[in-house]
Order: sequence, then structure tokens, then C-alpha cells
Amino acid sequence: MNPIVNLILFSILGLAMLLLSVFAITTKSLLRSATYLLLVLICTAGIYLFLNYHFLAAVQVSVYAGGVVILFVFAIFLTTKKDEALLPHEKKRYLYAALMILFGTGVTFFMLWKSKFLFSNNTVVFGDEQLSMQLIGQTLMGTEKYQYLLPFEVLSVMLLACIIGGILIARKDKEL
Amino acid sequence: MIKLEFYLVISTLMFFIGIFGFITRKSMIAVLISLELVLNAVEINFAAFNRFLFPHQLEGMFFALFGIAITAAETAVALAIIINAYRKLGNININDASKMRG
Amino acid sequence: MEYSILIVITPFLLFLFLGLVGGKLKPNVAGLIGTLGMGLCAVLAYTVAFQYFFNVGKIGESWSQIVPFNFVWLKFTDLLHIDLGVLLDPISVMMLVVITTVSLMVHIYSLGYMKGETGFQRYYALLSLFSFSMLGLVVATNIFQMYIFWELVGVSSYSLIGFYYQKPSAVAASKKAFIVTRFADLGFLIGILILSFYTKTFDFASLTANDAELVTTSFAGGTFMGLSLATWALALIFMGGAGKSAMFPLHIWLPDAMEGPTPVSALIHAATMVVAGVFLVARMFPVYFFAAPDVLTMIAYVGAFTALFAAVIAITQTDIKRVLAFSTISQIAYMMVALGVSEYGGHDGLGYMASMFHLFTHAFFKALLFLGAGSVIHAVHSNEMKDMGNLRKYMPITNITFAIACLAIAGIIPFSGFFSKDEILAAAYHNHPAIFWTLWFVAGLTAFYMWRLYYSIFWNGDKKYDGHHKPHESPWTMAVPLVILAVFSIFSGLIPFANFISSDNMPFYTHIDWKVASLSLVVAVTGIFVARMLYRKASTKPAEIAQKMGGLYTASLKKFYMDEVWGWVTKTVVFRYICEPIKWFDRHIIDGSMNGLAWVTQKSSTAIRGLQSGQVQFYTWFFVAGTLVIALLVLFL
Repeated sequence: MNPIVNLILFSILGLAMLLLSVFAITTKSLLRSATYLLLVLICTAGIYLFLNYHFLAAVQVSVYAGGVVILFVFAIFLTTKKDEALLPHEKKRYLYAALMILFGTGVTFFMLWKSKFLFSNNTVVFGDEQLSMQLIGQTLMGTEKYQYLLPFEVLSVMLLACIIGGILIARKDKEL
Repeated sequence: MIKLEFYLVISTLMFFIGIFGFITRKSMIAVLISLELVLNAVEINFAAFNRFLFPHQLEGMFFALFGIAITAAETAVALAIIINAYRKLGNININDASKMRG
Repeated sequence: MEYSILIVITPFLLFLFLGLVGGKLKPNVAGLIGTLGMGLCAVLAYTVAFQYFFNVGKIGESWSQIVPFNFVWLKFTDLLHIDLGVLLDPISVMMLVVITTVSLMVHIYSLGYMKGETGFQRYYALLSLFSFSMLGLVVATNIFQMYIFWELVGVSSYSLIGFYYQKPSAVAASKKAFIVTRFADLGFLIGILILSFYTKTFDFASLTANDAELVTTSFAGGTFMGLSLATWALALIFMGGAGKSAMFPLHIWLPDAMEGPTPVSALIHAATMVVAGVFLVARMFPVYFFAAPDVLTMIAYVGAFTALFAAVIAITQTDIKRVLAFSTISQIAYMMVALGVSEYGGHDGLGYMASMFHLFTHAFFKALLFLGAGSVIHAVHSNEMKDMGNLRKYMPITNITFAIACLAIAGIIPFSGFFSKDEILAAAYHNHPAIFWTLWFVAGLTAFYMWRLYYSIFWNGDKKYDGHHKPHESPWTMAVPLVILAVFSIFSGLIPFANFISSDNMPFYTHIDWKVASLSLVVAVTGIFVARMLYRKASTKPAEIAQKMGGLYTASLKKFYMDEVWGWVTKTVVFRYICEPIKWFDRHIIDGSMNGLAWVTQKSSTAIRGLQSGQVQFYTWFFVAGTLVIALLVLFL
């Protein structure tokens, strides 16, 4: 693909993502907020595609967009009364938060500028070819160095714990 | 000519937008959505660093992958807590949940 | 000889048993258990003494030190460690015999004397504790073990003196005894620390070995305020001994300690606690003699002064127990003088032997005097001489035994006091004539005040007693110990003591120095006759003489105002000029800074409390801000 076209596409994607993020946190309606989040997550999947991580993009869409956001939507339906106005916070809090994130952005950009990522010749040329599923599978299931069976198993146990914990917390209290 | 910095700038802005939301939103679910943005930004960083700095290895990608899984789990638990809190408090206003007891 | 540890352990077990379950027993059963246990101790002590003196003790020509039991308790370095053990040598074996005998007598006597008192079981538990501490003290293998038991003696005597804790005077007396001896023990502890710092050992055997070579060499050169460090250390150790043995000016606790039950006075003040100081100096005698002869001289002068001082006070006291208390101080001072004037080795060490000899005999006749006084008090329910008189008709046994004890303490041949006192006077005569003449005069005073006491109680007119207050002879539990002790008081002087106890553990031969003996006999008989003249019949002569003496009499009656002096020193000097500023400093600076800290903490926590709002978003804000600050710090530092 033409690098310039590539860059333009990337810029649009990035801008859209940031804009959607801002919408997601400013909109009054929770349901809209969740929708914007869904769009942000899909855009993120696009970013992963630019990085040539197709598998990661697929996971992002299926887990996040398909799972997490649906959860959010259900939770919103369960907890939000109709026409519940989200009372705005006092202005002071917005001011402090804004100051803080400006400061933080400044610090982070300063760090980017200071570190040698910038101005270094780091435009690595990477091909269009995808990571093979076989490699990903072997890496995930292997026990050698740079292979991830143990974290995978630990994660699965943690997920189980989360399932049980979620059920326990969310169920109605019964008279014991 | 997409450079590493572009990704980093996007993720940084997204990260702080998420934090802004986290601090200013009132609904617990909105706070959780902001948290998703923060985590998403971090995962972009992992993937981008992996691709640009160590293109022949897969750590960053797998870290992002595991991060997604953990985020999903965390969201599930958090939403369960929020539903429980809603039952107790009658709303999901985060200011009302200021005491760590029922 | 391993079983000798049982002598120490048995009283401790008795204490635990009586202290823990005694309250559930009948008083008589508890008393009987205590007495039987002490009897077992006495039997063991006699066995040990027999074995030591006639079987195993003598190696070649000299008495050996046997350590049948030793347990390393606290190990600081290879050399410096605190042990708990049993050391058997002539003086400790002798002390075992004395202590167990007197303690057993007191146990038996108390069965009658304390009958019906509340806290009878507690009394026996405390007696056992006291015996345990005292026995542990005398068999100590090292100076630190001695210090531990020394303090235990202090504690148990505190609780015994304050046995009648409902009586304010008893509480005050017990506190006084504890504080005064504790104050002296501070010197003892500092002395121990200095000594062990230089010699790197606590062990008596290593300290005294080879003419105390270790001490004399390890202290070489160190001086402080013009005196060598060894002198300081040993003088401080003597301070501990002076406190327990009631040497002037630390004697003030002993007369007040008469507030305790009379058998306790007999136990504490006749045979055990007050001779601890003498025993300490005797135990360390080679060290004193070779490393710090100046201290020995000081001990001799302090002792001579105390002997005279206490004897003068004893003349005017009207409380019979107080007379005995001051006579105890005087007699203990005799022992101290004997140590002070003694030299080392063979016949030159006569003073050392005489001191131990007098300790031995004094224990019996003083215990007898106290128990006799207790018997009298039991009969007339008063301590004051004016309530007594003519008791010989009512209490024949007490009368005779008391007379024997008075003869013994006055030093009339052939009672035990004569022999031991003669040796002390002989030792003083050869080394310090001035001290000899002081002691000689004190011997006369002793005879006088003891017989004044005797005549005032048992003769002095034909006083009649009311019907229901009619005095009667004490029960057999009280009479039997009196008789046994009387036998000891008569015959214990006939033991050839020098064969067994000497400064260098080599037996030597003594003979009665007839010149000294006749001098002391003359003055003793004179004292007795003066007392007989004044007090045998009720008369006004003593009052007239007191009138003529005027100020001296009053001063003596008021114990030369020593309590007032100490009171002035503590209240005016110490309290006002030391304690008050310290108190001010404590209240305002120490407490002030603490209160200030608390105030600052309170204010700042009130200020910070708003942050701990439970609002997760506040926390997040501060968390992120903090992270950013740390990032900046990492970047720029």
C-alpha cells in the first residue's frame, strides 16, 4: 500500500479514535457512552491491523466488542432507571482533572521527546505477511523460553475465579 | 511512514482522556468505561513497542493478549459489584459508595 | 554431692506449691508442709556439711571448692558468662547449715506464733521464698548469680516485712527497707559491672584464684578521682553489702523492719539477710585484701563506728524489738570490723575466721533473742518495756532461754558469744588498737543494754497482770525452738572453727588470748552488774540518769536523728533540687514535646482527614499526580 495513503488512513483512524474517546466520557447517556466505547475498541482493532497483528485485532473485536461491551449494555439496562439525569459534578473537579491531565500529557510528551524514540531511525520495515497461527499457538502452549503456557494456565484459573466471584457477588442475597 | 511516536501519542492522549473520565464521571459504569479506555491505551503501547523495537519477538503482543483477557475478567467482576451496589444503594452513583461496607 | 542443689530447689518448689495452691489448704496443713520441707532442707544441709567437712572437702591440707552443679545461663563471650550453680566451700556450707537451722526453727515457731493469722499460707509461701533466695545467694558460683539472689532476698524481705499490709507503718517500713537496700544495690551492680568489665569474668573462683591475681593485673593503671578503679569497684560492691548489712549510714531500714512479724525479724535480721553483706565481703575477701586494702580499712572503720553508734542507740530504746534491731546492727558491724582488720593466710587471717565464727554463733543467739522476744510479745501483746516486768514467774522457759542468749551475746565464758567475740577482739587488738578499744567499749555497752532488756522484761518489780490478760508460757511449738536454739547458743562456741574456716582455706590453730579475753570479760561483767543495779528492781534511778544525760539521752532515743537527716536529704535536697527540676523538665519539655507531637498529629490528621473521603476519584487523582511527580523526579534526578 502506498505509505502516504497508509499514513492518511492511520491519521483518520487515530483522530476518530480520540474523538470517540472524548465522546465516550462526556456524553450524558450511559448507553451512548458504551456505544462510543465499542467504536473506540473497534478502532483499536484497526490500529492492531496497522501493526500487522491480525490475531490480536481479532481477539480485540471478539472479546472486547463482542463480550465486554455486551456486558456493559446489560449492566446499564439492569441499573439505570429511565431518564436518570447524570448530575454534573461541581466545576472544581473538572478544573482539577483538566489541570492534571494537561500536566500528565505534558510530562509524557516531554518524556517522548527526551527519549531516543524520537528522531531515531525506527521506521522498521515490516512486511505485510501475518503472524502464522501455528506460531502463535505454539508460543501460547509451549514451555520453552519466550513461550507462555504457565501464564496461559494461570489466566484460565483466574478467569474461573472471576466467574465464580462474579456469580457470588451479583446473586441476590438469600436468607441464610 | 507511520512512526512509533504516532502510536505513542495516540495512546497517551487516550490514556489521559480515560483518566479524565475516571475522575469526573459520576456513574460507576461510566467510570468503568473510562477504565477500559485507559487499559486499551496501554495495550496499544505494548503492541506498538513490540512491533517497532523487537519485531522478531512476540512478548508485547502476548502481553496485550493477556491484558485483554484480564480486562474482560475484571470488567465482569466489576459489573457484578456494581449490580450488587445498585441493589444496596438504589443507584450507581460512585459518591454514594464511599464506605467499604454494605 | 549433686543432691546439694536440692537444698536450693526444695524451698522454691515449696514456695510455688504454697503460693499457688496454699490458699486451698487448711492453714495447719500448709504450715506443716512448709515446715517439713524446710526440715528436709535442713537434713540435706547437715548431710552436705558432714560429707564436705569429713569426707570430700579436704584435699591435702586445704579445703577445696567443689562445684557439684553448674549451668551456663547467659553466655556473652567465652570468658564472660552468667552461670547458675552451686559452690561448696567452708563458708557456703556453714551458711547452709546456719540458714536451714534458723529457718527451720522459725518455721516451727511460726506454727504457734502465727496461729489464726489471716494469710497464714501466704506467710509460709513467703518464708520459703526467702529461704530459697538466701540459700541461692550463699551457694552462688559467681557474683552475678549472687546479685540475682541478692535482689530476690530484697524482694522477699520486702513482702515479709510488709506482711501486715493493712498496717500503714508496716507498708512504710517494707518500702523503706526495699528502697534503702535497693539504693545500695545500685552501687553493688555498678561495682559488678566495673569489676567484670576489667576482669572479663563473674566467677568467684577465677576472681579469687592465686591471691586475686586476675583482679590485680587486669586493673593495672586505671584510676578515677585519685583512687584506683579496683578500689572504686570493690568499694561500690561493699556499698551493696553495707546496705543489706545495715552499716551506717544505710542502717535506717533495719529498725523499722521490726514491723514485720517477729519470727520474720528473727529470720531476716538474725541469721540471713543482714549477714549477706558480711558473706559477700568474706566471699570476695582475697580480692579485697590484694586488690584494694584501702577498702578493707574503710570497712573496718565503718564497722567500728556503726558498732558504737548502734550500741549507744540500743541503750535508750524502749521497744524491745528495736533494742534487738540495734544490737543486730552492732553485732553485724563486729563481723565487718573483723573482716576489715583481717589479713590473709594462716593465723594472720584470724579476723576472717572470727567474722565467720561470730556470724555462726550470732545467728543462733540472735534468733533465740528474737524468738524469745516474740514469745514475750505473744504473752503481753505489746512491744513496749513499760508493759512488761516480772514475767519470770509466768514464762519460765522463755526466761531461761532468753537469759542464756543474753549471756551469749554479752560474751560470758563459756557461752558461744564469748569465743567468737574474743577472736574478733584479738584480731583487732593485733592490727588496730584504736578499733580494739572501741569494740571493747561496745562489748561493755552490749552487755549493759542486753541485760537492761532482760531485767526490764523478766524482773523489774512485781508487776501484776489482770485476770484475762494473764501472761502464760507459749505453746510447745514456740518453746521447742527456743530450747533447741538455746542449746546451740551454749555449745556452738566450742567448735574449733579455725580447723574449718580460714582466709586461705588452710586449717590453723587458735588459742584464747587470755589478755584480751579477760579485758572483755571484765567489761561485760561490769555492764551486766550496772544493768542489774539499775533495772533489777523497779526504781527511778534510770530516769534520773537519763535526766542528767539530757541531750545525749534524747539524741540516742531519737536514734541520733538519722531518719531525720535522711528525710532532710531526700525531701529537701534530692526532692527539691533534683527531682523538682527533673519533674519540671519532664512535665514541660518531655511531656510538652510529646503533647506537641500529638497536637501536630491531631491537627495534621484533621487536615488530611478530608483526603480519606472514600471517594475513589480523589484517590485516583492523587495517585496519578503522585506517579507523575515520581516520573519527573526520575527524569531530573
